Amino acid sequence: MTNIEKYNKVFIESFAITESDLKSLEYQSIEQWDSVGHMSLIAGLEDEFEIMMDTDDIIDFSSYVKGKKILAKYDLEF
Amino acid sequence: MIWNFETFGSNPAVINQNGTTVSYADLLFASDRVAQHIPGRCLVFNLCANETGSLLGYVSFLNNRIVPFLVEAGLDSALLASLLDTYRPDFIWCPSRMASGFKSFRPIYHDFAYSLLKTPYNNEYPLYEHLALLLTTSGSTGSPKLVRLSYENIQSNTSSIARYLNLSKTQRPITTLPMSYTYGLSIINAHLYVGAAVILTDKTLMQKAFWQQLKAFEATSFGGVPYTYEMLDKLRFFRMDLPALQTMTQAGGKLSPELHKKFAEYALANGKNFIVMYGQTEATARMAYLPGEKTLEKCGSMGIVIPGGCFSLIEDDGKEIDGPDMAGELVYKGKNVSLGYARCGEDLSLGDERNGVLVTGDIAKRDADGYYYVVGRKKRFLKIFGTRINLDEVERMMKTAFPDVDSACAGKDDLMFVFLTDDTLHDSVRRFLAQKTGLHFSAFRCQAVSQIPKTDAGKTLYKDLARYYEA
Repeated sequence: MTNIEKYNKVFIESFAITESDLKSLEYQSIEQWDSVGHMSLIAGLEDEFEIMMDTDDIIDFSSYVKGKKILAKYDLEF
Repeated sequence: MIWNFETFGSNPAVINQNGTTVSYADLLFASDRVAQHIPGRCLVFNLCANETGSLLGYVSFLNNRIVPFLVEAGLDSALLASLLDTYRPDFIWCPSRMASGFKSFRPIYHDFAYSLLKTPYNNEYPLYEHLALLLTTSGSTGSPKLVRLSYENIQSNTSSIARYLNLSKTQRPITTLPMSYTYGLSIINAHLYVGAAVILTDKTLMQKAFWQQLKAFEATSFGGVPYTYEMLDKLRFFRMDLPALQTMTQAGGKLSPELHKKFAEYALANGKNFIVMYGQTEATARMAYLPGEKTLEKCGSMGIVIPGGCFSLIEDDGKEIDGPDMAGELVYKGKNVSLGYARCGEDLSLGDERNGVLVTGDIAKRDADGYYYVVGRKKRFLKIFGTRINLDEVERMMKTAFPDVDSACAGKDDLMFVFLTDDTLHDSVRRFLAQKTGLHFSAFRCQAVSQIPKTDAGKTLYKDLARYYEA
């Protein structure tokens, strides 16, 4: 699986959504992405990519698009 | 009168997320204006969010003997419609952005981005003279069952909280909980009582803006349910530099002893207070607290009774337990014990049905030093993200929505198991429950079973299902 496939998979599983929903996805733009959903999203990403995210990155992770930029800091390319 | 806003004049009562403040004098002036548009004592639905308008309505109604029902502005619209139909309030006070959603109601006043709407109802149900406030009980399962609170309930619990937490006007709590939730509301009540400034934010712990506000406005305290503390742990809270923060309180369910210890140690090492508390909406909010200096020594304890209250432990045969370390049902006595429930509009005229005694439904024990520990529950409910969810009520909702499937609900705090005989329905059941309860769907796990275990009399054998969630 490529990184983008893994990235998408975590979003889809964390929020029970489909791939077409991803691009415009932002924190609180759907009911499932609340603070509880955010915890499971971050935990899913950390497991999937075997990383430990910094606090600043966890609270700055405000959209699907922004998340990719944040994960670039952990040497992940999309 | 619960508060004395006049005393605090130009002190800030509210700090908004953009940094603007509203003084006690301004709040008093604005609240009188809201009340001038309401002809007399009546029922108002206050659709709550953590913003000034919401708080303004609440204090205005309470100060002017108008009875508000606090309900989350984000509540499912079908549930709200059914509550409106059940209780027929004279007015709605809601965020102005929502006003157009109530087409048949007439807007008559607005302030601080909130609007007062007149409904077609006029004093449909008589209100008991001491009734002050209505709050939801079992989370937001849409149950019309509300807790009826009196002015004395709020007054006594508020002053007790302010006393045991040593609150003063130099405090600045930041909101982390909805104000329609008894715990969130008690924080607001107690701080307005001492002339402190409440920082109102709609941001969550998972947002950068929340932490920016917490630092910029030098928040001195916040409260959290067990899940809040799990999030803080995940956010590596212990590494943050928060010099202004003095106190963290915890309620809304039992924190795991591991997390309790972690936060207790952090607090002691950093000169902060970590205060575990215990309460229920039926007792206005608080019944017990674990003093900060005992938090490590008595880790896992819910503490001692609040000033003005009294606990007893009762055995199954009704006898009171005297000795230490024996489990019994926890019974509380105090002036903050609610009047009772309302299930329909007619119930708003009911008087005090509890006479200051609350049978909590929690099984607890007391150690030799007099500290209490919750060890179990008598009733079938779970605390999910701080919200009490009645399992039998969820089962009833399931039966109505999925009449062809046999199901049963059980589980542990923060994770409800729904046992189903049809494994094709898992996604739709989780979506349904998330929508109806307003809770995140990750709180619900579906487990397929060939049949729901039952007694000969047709009662579900929950103990046979326990192996799925007691791991």
